[in-house]
Amino acid sequence: MAESKNDVKIGVYVCHCGSNIAGTVDVEDLTAFAQEQGSVAVARNYKFMCSEPGQALIKKDIEELGLNRVVVASCSPRMHEPTFRRVCEDANLNPYQLDMCNIREQCSWVHKNGATAKAKALVSAAIARAFYLEALETREVPVTSAVLVVGGGIAGIQAALKVADGGRKVYLVEREPSIGGHMIQLDKTFPTLDCSACISTPKMAAVKSHPDIELMTYSEVVDVQGFVGNFRVTIRRKPRYVDESLCTGCGICQEKCPWKAESEFDCGLGQRKAIYTPFPQAVPNVPVIDPEHCVYILKDGKCGACLKFCERGAVDFSQTEKMVEIEVGAIIVATGYDLMDPSAITRLGYKRFPNVITSLEFERLCSATGPTGGHITVNGKEPKSVAIIHCVGSRDEKYHTYCSRVCCMYALKFAHLIGEKIEGAQVYQFYIDMRCYGKGFEDFYQRASSEGVTFVRGRPAQVTDFAMSPEEKGKLVVVCENTLLGRPMRVPVDMVILCPAMEARADAKEVARLFNLSQSADGFLLERHAKLEPVATANDGVFIVGCVQGPKDIPDTVAQALAGAAEALSLIDRGSVKLEAATATVNEALCHGCGRCEEICEFHAPMVRLNGRLIPVSSINEALCKGCGACAVACPTGAISIRHFTLQQILAEVEALSGVPV
Amino acid sequence: MNVNGFEPKIVAFTCNWCSYAAADLAGTSRIHYPPNVRIIRVMCSGMVDPVYVLKAFEAGFDGVLIAGCHIGDCHYLSGNVKAQDRIATLRRLLHTLGLEDERLRLEWISAAEGSGFAETIKEYVGQLKQLGPSPCRREATA
Repeated sequence: MAESKNDVKIGVYVCHCGSNIAGTVDVEDLTAFAQEQGSVAVARNYKFMCSEPGQALIKKDIEELGLNRVVVASCSPRMHEPTFRRVCEDANLNPYQLDMCNIREQCSWVHKNGATAKAKALVSAAIARAFYLEALETREVPVTSAVLVVGGGIAGIQAALKVADGGRKVYLVEREPSIGGHMIQLDKTFPTLDCSACISTPKMAAVKSHPDIELMTYSEVVDVQGFVGNFRVTIRRKPRYVDESLCTGCGICQEKCPWKAESEFDCGLGQRKAIYTPFPQAVPNVPVIDPEHCVYILKDGKCGACLKFCERGAVDFSQTEKMVEIEVGAIIVATGYDLMDPSAITRLGYKRFPNVITSLEFERLCSATGPTGGHITVNGKEPKSVAIIHCVGSRDEKYHTYCSRVCCMYALKFAHLIGEKIEGAQVYQFYIDMRCYGKGFEDFYQRASSEGVTFVRGRPAQVTDFAMSPEEKGKLVVVCENTLLGRPMRVPVDMVILCPAMEARADAKEVARLFNLSQSADGFLLERHAKLEPVATANDGVFIVGCVQGPKDIPDTVAQALAGAAEALSLIDRGSVKLEAATATVNEALCHGCGRCEEICEFHAPMVRLNGRLIPVSSINEALCKGCGACAVACPTGAISIRHFTLQQILAEVEALSGVPV
Repeated sequence: MNVNGFEPKIVAFTCNWCSYAAADLAGTSRIHYPPNVRIIRVMCSGMVDPVYVLKAFEAGFDGVLIAGCHIGDCHYLSGNVKAQDRIATLRRLLHTLGLEDERLRLEWISAAEGSGFAETIKEYVGQLKQLGPSPCRREATA
């Protein structure tokens, strides 16, 4: 049904956004300006257009005045375009006949003088574009009822369990030989002092035994294709050299293996064998063979102890890397964080002095499953005095400006544990600010403070073994300015624990590219909206949970994991998903069938075929088209255009924008 | 040449995924920059047709900014690379029309670089003030 130019009736709605817009932009003047523009039937302003009465105002006008275009001048379309599209739909107007005009983020919040003039330019452009907007049909495609969870730390474990408990298929992919992540390395957890293993191992076991979870450890995602609801994911399964279906986890191979390496799980403080499970409670309880330390692999069959002793014949050196392809409707990325290596901060002496250790190393020393069986010792000696240095690489312009959020609390926990295990030990906390903001945190702070811990406000300048007095002999000396007393001090101790920053994984950039996500300035992955969409991302159907998004503690990580599970379930349980209608379309009358579109498209959407005609023509596979517009620009005859971003629409915007002086 | 009181008019084509989001972030962070720039949202920098740029100069803009995701970060894999290649050709075309190289600017600004967006605009406005009005401006020819 062709629409004549005189039939276009535009409604313009200027939002005050309280004083966010109205405080800077003269909304009355702007509304009067909009009213004068061609094809504008009505222009109104209101305090909060996104509120229920604001929405009702627009619906009423669409119905009573017969509006067929709506322009909302308010916040960014990235914020409220879905809201106002729904408003249009509710009033039986095609949602693509809405144009949003960003006069908040890109006008009132960034300009003082000239904001009203700029708002007029932006509104006139939106009106000009709206004139040419066309009604579009959204496509609905079925959704694959399965979810991929990447990363088997506490975030991935919780998300996988929750989705699977909802009766949906879950693939859980973990790079390491076992799930568990950083949490399983911890001894106790603040502020309740629950034993970390006691609360996480049952979850790990539940993952293994869940009928709806397919666990793939020692595996990595290498390719992601497709789109929301319909992802095709390729997973590389590294060879374990142990057959998971035959191995009973008896451990005889590890006992007999003569070759040793540093244990990654114990942060290098202990040793493991070349065939190993990272820790006794590993899930799956199936060892892997480390090809860098296995002499059978390194020297062509010169050992084979594991082969000989395995009664089940599970050791299999003929295994090779395998690629597995799966189909899922949603993806939850829970790849966690790296602990910063503090040896970069040379003045703190890490790696130079054996009794300067990181917080994670201390967790392993404290843990009953650790290399010392839970005795806090270095070189066999129990420290009588310990300094804990906060904010190592966090809140520091040279490294990371952000706060890592968990260090204050685990530092308090350390003080408590040291007090419990070493009678009369003296503990010093070197802090900048104590940040104990969570539920139960303040109580824990008060408790730890009452246990005789010395708090020193200041960032230590140096950890040295240079003694300046007899009592400093044979000790480490923390050199610091106490900023509350305003004077320098030297504190001799037996052990120093550094609290290094939690940082984005070293391969966060590759992960971002793999899943088509963005990174924040700090390197962590970026959520769609900091407050309202904390686990969604710019890529529909891909969610981020836990420390991959930023430093956080276990309760927050678990909350995010459950949010991610809810997002994934609500997506796949709908059964179908609406796809963006703004795709490419071909005007066959103009197409010469040259094939430039086929060449340039990354997604194989255009296809040039004869279709029973004399010359070939291009057609677009809409399920594959992402609407990027590359083909439209490449097309030499202008036969291809992108719906919702047509040449006419954009040129109208350019023309209108130039019409209002700066 | 510095023209007194001259306020350059800039149109920016920003990609939905990175640079438009960066402009939004400048807003939520309240980082002020001159109001000389008007933004048009496109899905990808690779969607910017040379025709848009020519139209912008014809309509009297003094500068055109095309901003997209950093190379390697394109939401559509290589749209920004296509934009980069195309702009090289377009620049030569503009040169023959008497338009200086600076009038067409290409920037990669990620969604996390709100202050980067504001800085780019500040710098570009300053640069165009030095350069003076576009020779294509209708009123400039009078």
